[in-house]
Amino acid sequence: MTDWPILSTVTFLPLVGVLLILLIGDDNENGRRNIRSITLLTTVVTFVVSLFVWIGFDNSQAGFQMVEKHEWLDSGISYHMGVDGISMLFVILTTFLMPLCILASWESIQKSVKAYMIAFLLLETLMIGVFCALDIVLFYVFFEAGLIPMFIIIGVWGGKRRVYASFKFFLYTLLGSVLMLLAMMAMFWQSGTTDIPTLLTHAFPASMQTWLWLAFFASFAVKMPMWPVHTWLPDAHVEAPTAGSVILAGILLKMGGYGFLRFSLPMFPIASDMFAPMVFALSVVAIIYTSLVALMQEDMKKLIAYSSVAHMGYVTMGIFAVNAEGIQGAIFQMLSHGLVSSALFLCVGVIYDRLHTREIDAYGGLVNNMPKYAVAFLIFTMANVGLPGTSGFVGEFLTLLGAFKANTWVAFFATTGVILSAAYALWLYRRVVFGTLTKDSLKGMLDLSGREKAILYPLVVLTIFFGVYPAPVFDATAQSVKALVTNVTASINAAQTAAAN
Amino acid sequence: MYQAIVFLPLIGFLIVGLFGTSLGAKASEYITSGLLVISAVLSWVAFFSVGFSETEVFTVPVLRWIQSGGIDTAWALRIDTLTVVMLVVVNTVSALVHIYSIGYMHHDPNRPRFFAYLSLFTFAMLMLVTSDNLIQMFFGWEGVGLASYLLIGFWYKKPSANAAAIKAFVVNRVGDFGFALGIFGVFVLFGSVNLGTIFANAASFVPAEHGAEAAAGGEAVLNFLGYALDKQAAITVVCLLLFMGAMGKSAQVPLHTWLPDAMEGPTPVSALIHAATMVTAGVFMLARLSPLFELSHTALLVVTFVGAITAFFAATVGLVQNDIKRVIAYSTCSQLGYMFVALGVGAYGAAIFHLFTHAFFKALLFLGSGSVIHAVSDEQDMRRMGGLRKLIPTTYWMMVIGTLALTGVGIPVTVIGTAGFFSKDAIIESAFVGHNAVAGFAFILLVVAACFTSFYSWRLIFMTFHGKPRASHEVMHHVHESPPVMLVPLFILAAGALFAGFLFHDQFIGEAYGEFWKASLFTLPDNHILHDMHGVPLWVKLSPFVAMLIGLLFAWQFYIRSPETPKQLAAQHRGLYAFLLNKWYFDELYDFLFVRAAKRLGHFLWKTGDGRIIDGLGPDGISARVVDVTNRVVKLQSGYLYHYAFAMLIGVAALVTWMML
Repeated sequence: MTDWPILSTVTFLPLVGVLLILLIGDDNENGRRNIRSITLLTTVVTFVVSLFVWIGFDNSQAGFQMVEKHEWLDSGISYHMGVDGISMLFVILTTFLMPLCILASWESIQKSVKAYMIAFLLLETLMIGVFCALDIVLFYVFFEAGLIPMFIIIGVWGGKRRVYASFKFFLYTLLGSVLMLLAMMAMFWQSGTTDIPTLLTHAFPASMQTWLWLAFFASFAVKMPMWPVHTWLPDAHVEAPTAGSVILAGILLKMGGYGFLRFSLPMFPIASDMFAPMVFALSVVAIIYTSLVALMQEDMKKLIAYSSVAHMGYVTMGIFAVNAEGIQGAIFQMLSHGLVSSALFLCVGVIYDRLHTREIDAYGGLVNNMPKYAVAFLIFTMANVGLPGTSGFVGEFLTLLGAFKANTWVAFFATTGVILSAAYALWLYRRVVFGTLTKDSLKGMLDLSGREKAILYPLVVLTIFFGVYPAPVFDATAQSVKALVTNVTASINAAQTAAAN
Repeated sequence: MYQAIVFLPLIGFLIVGLFGTSLGAKASEYITSGLLVISAVLSWVAFFSVGFSETEVFTVPVLRWIQSGGIDTAWALRIDTLTVVMLVVVNTVSALVHIYSIGYMHHDPNRPRFFAYLSLFTFAMLMLVTSDNLIQMFFGWEGVGLASYLLIGFWYKKPSANAAAIKAFVVNRVGDFGFALGIFGVFVLFGSVNLGTIFANAASFVPAEHGAEAAAGGEAVLNFLGYALDKQAAITVVCLLLFMGAMGKSAQVPLHTWLPDAMEGPTPVSALIHAATMVTAGVFMLARLSPLFELSHTALLVVTFVGAITAFFAATVGLVQNDIKRVIAYSTCSQLGYMFVALGVGAYGAAIFHLFTHAFFKALLFLGSGSVIHAVSDEQDMRRMGGLRKLIPTTYWMMVIGTLALTGVGIPVTVIGTAGFFSKDAIIESAFVGHNAVAGFAFILLVVAACFTSFYSWRLIFMTFHGKPRASHEVMHHVHESPPVMLVPLFILAAGALFAGFLFHDQFIGEAYGEFWKASLFTLPDNHILHDMHGVPLWVKLSPFVAMLIGLLFAWQFYIRSPETPKQLAAQHRGLYAFLLNKWYFDELYDFLFVRAAKRLGHFLWKTGDGRIIDGLGPDGISARVVDVTNRVVKLQSGYLYHYAFAMLIGVAALVTWMML
């Protein structure tokens, strides 16, 4: 078992599904059903296999585990995979959300099912690869290639303005990535290696760190997304099909935060320290600004998208607080947001499938004929608001605490987010769910179907479970985060002493 | 046993919440109420076994919770005298409200949901009062907020109920903003959020040589918003932030606006959440954190001031309200102000004593008014009541008992009196002997408020039960006494309202104070307030009694003898009347300052910030420019040969010129 390349298995298992699907035609209902079943089965198996990554993971180690390394290209570029406490849970999150996405697309996607499912499976491989890659070239390939299926998913199966949205998404992310590629080349020339574990111990000169940090920042800030490069996200979410939104909110946004933790912070600690005030400022602006904007939205998906930007503000704030509470809180916040915002988009999908509009005013009084839906939506709304006892609270609280230790101004302004989030989330809930059922179009709407229950109930359980018992996450991340904080603080202190002398 | 007290309501919630519709309303009611009764009985056992024994404090661990960096918290139950007092209050009132609701909610189709929410609330409240660390307290704190949100909005078809529910949640969040920052501050100062660690270090935290109110100096321990704070200042700031949370939850000015609106919920909810338990959470929090608050005279000064202002403000508004529930709601707000004054002057025992007695008589008044509302076909406006005394005599007498207790009727200088006589008078006396700068001011306001309290309470009784009936003939025809399932809880609460003060005053504020509270309420060695309270001059002891009589006489004059007087007065002082009737215009002010401003700002940031500036200069702008440039280039390609020839000629000319130069 120990020699078994489990990470590669998890990463490339979805491609097996792709091969099988390629053999089936989707021109009749039978074929389409087979394609859906095969995709679902593939993603479920991938999830089950990925659980062995968690089971086999040794919480007491800070370094990379389950490492695989093979020669790949010249110049020492290798196929190098491995996970540590920071990346491992993102792999699980990805494999967990995938079957839910397939289920959510079960009936709503009728056009070119085959291509759609292939795009999703391909995307899964690439996303898992991003979190496992231990070589910057490999990382870059996974990171960039992931754009293509997502671009296609929005552009082909999206809403009315899908082309505008997909191009906006593509241009923003590509612009950032180009700069990151340049930075990676510079890193290679300077250090002579593309191996991430080696680079983590390499000390880049301070002046170079500044430029490298900024280049990486351009890419990750867009991915996060941070204010003011966030405007692609609401458009992308609005136009994307439900499952696309889930992947976008659940996984793709986490790549920015993961990038900060894997590259910016440990490789460029001096620059990180220097730019921390800027990141704080942008985070705080994001939290307040986007929360206010969310308050005024008329489109459900846009509202949740803006709230996502605000929640990602807590993540960047926690990461650059550079203390254990802030960083563990940020990781937790990302995982929790992966569950909660995905769930919220799925909730929107449920009623969108029935009425085909995302306009908030078109709804109202749904609790009357959809009580189960109302309960599930309420729990996710509360988690989004950060109610203690749900997973949303733990990350939000710890990132704020971490920020308070670093800078009280930041914590002070960011904490106003708890007031604003309550306002916009409850306002949305009230307009959609509460009230009398007056609109005729809503009267025939049925409560959750069996398939929808299978999608939403696991998320309900996990949202509450991790709010009450977050220990599994903290146990897994503790050692790696501790090592990260120790190394970064040591480098910053060393640089400061050197500067003082 | 302690696990059972706390978790039985949760079990009730889960059973009924998950399977309520299939169990049916009857079964749901019996399951939740039955479990709550067991919890309540066990709470009384706990009360006597902890309060009247040597047991100081112990912790019952439950489960690991958040462990990250310096944060190491677990779900745990901290049991000491303060906890068991709260357990008794919460579970007794909750059990009675559960039983009462079986009758009151009889016609409602959503009873399983209602009882599930009630049990959820009780569980969250129990987690709050048993918390062993500040984060668990925050869990309970927000948990009761959620339950309150759900119960205020229980009748989700009413837009006003939905609005009130959101308002309650959001205004509480404003308080929680301060609470959260306070928790962060405590963590930075003490390196822990566990109460045991904090209390152990708090006593020696502020250096003794600095004296009570240390002058500036000492090393900075907390850098807050640009100010480097020494230990004394840091404690003050942290306490004030925590107090902000208490202000939100306990509806203190200026965060009180949600409480009157919360009356949109069913009346049993008002009795349980918005009178007896949840709103007292702020009082509990300050008492629980007395080891911190004792260290900061400045913070206590603010507490006293806010409490006194609220006690007075709410009483003035209560004078003119016409909705029977709103009168009681403002009364609650005002009584909470009394409790904060007691906390502020360091008389923690008196504050908790009033919390304890208030729970009985205020729940009694609310449930009694529910019985009235039930009788008059859901009418809440007292102007359309009157003359109900003969028709619903039991309810009438229960309400009178509640009023007697609230107004503090008793024989001065003896130990004969209702519950409020002991606890409220103790607070007024403590304000008189209090040492901080606003204590005297607070004393005057509290005595005036006592007069107002008496006036509006008797006004309520007179308008509702006396005089001629003002309801329609049809309504009067249907007036009926409530069923026993509603009246029995009233009897029990009435017993509490009459005797709780007499029975327990010795423990809470008297001779047995030390043995009863032990270490659960902390006071500095130089805090002699309890001793001083017993030595106040006679006129101070008499003043609340006299104030009460004056209020009663005015109410009798206005509403029994000459019912025309109040209308004439209102007409003569139109401005003042409108000012009070509109609750000092707090709602209008907030709507203008915060709600509309936030909306306008949000709209601006969305349309102008995101739309015009970011997208306009960013992607849309760039693509528009690209399109512009291409369009011009396209225009150049006209297809006419002579255009191209002309362009080439110009080009050649330019090239030649450039090379010649």
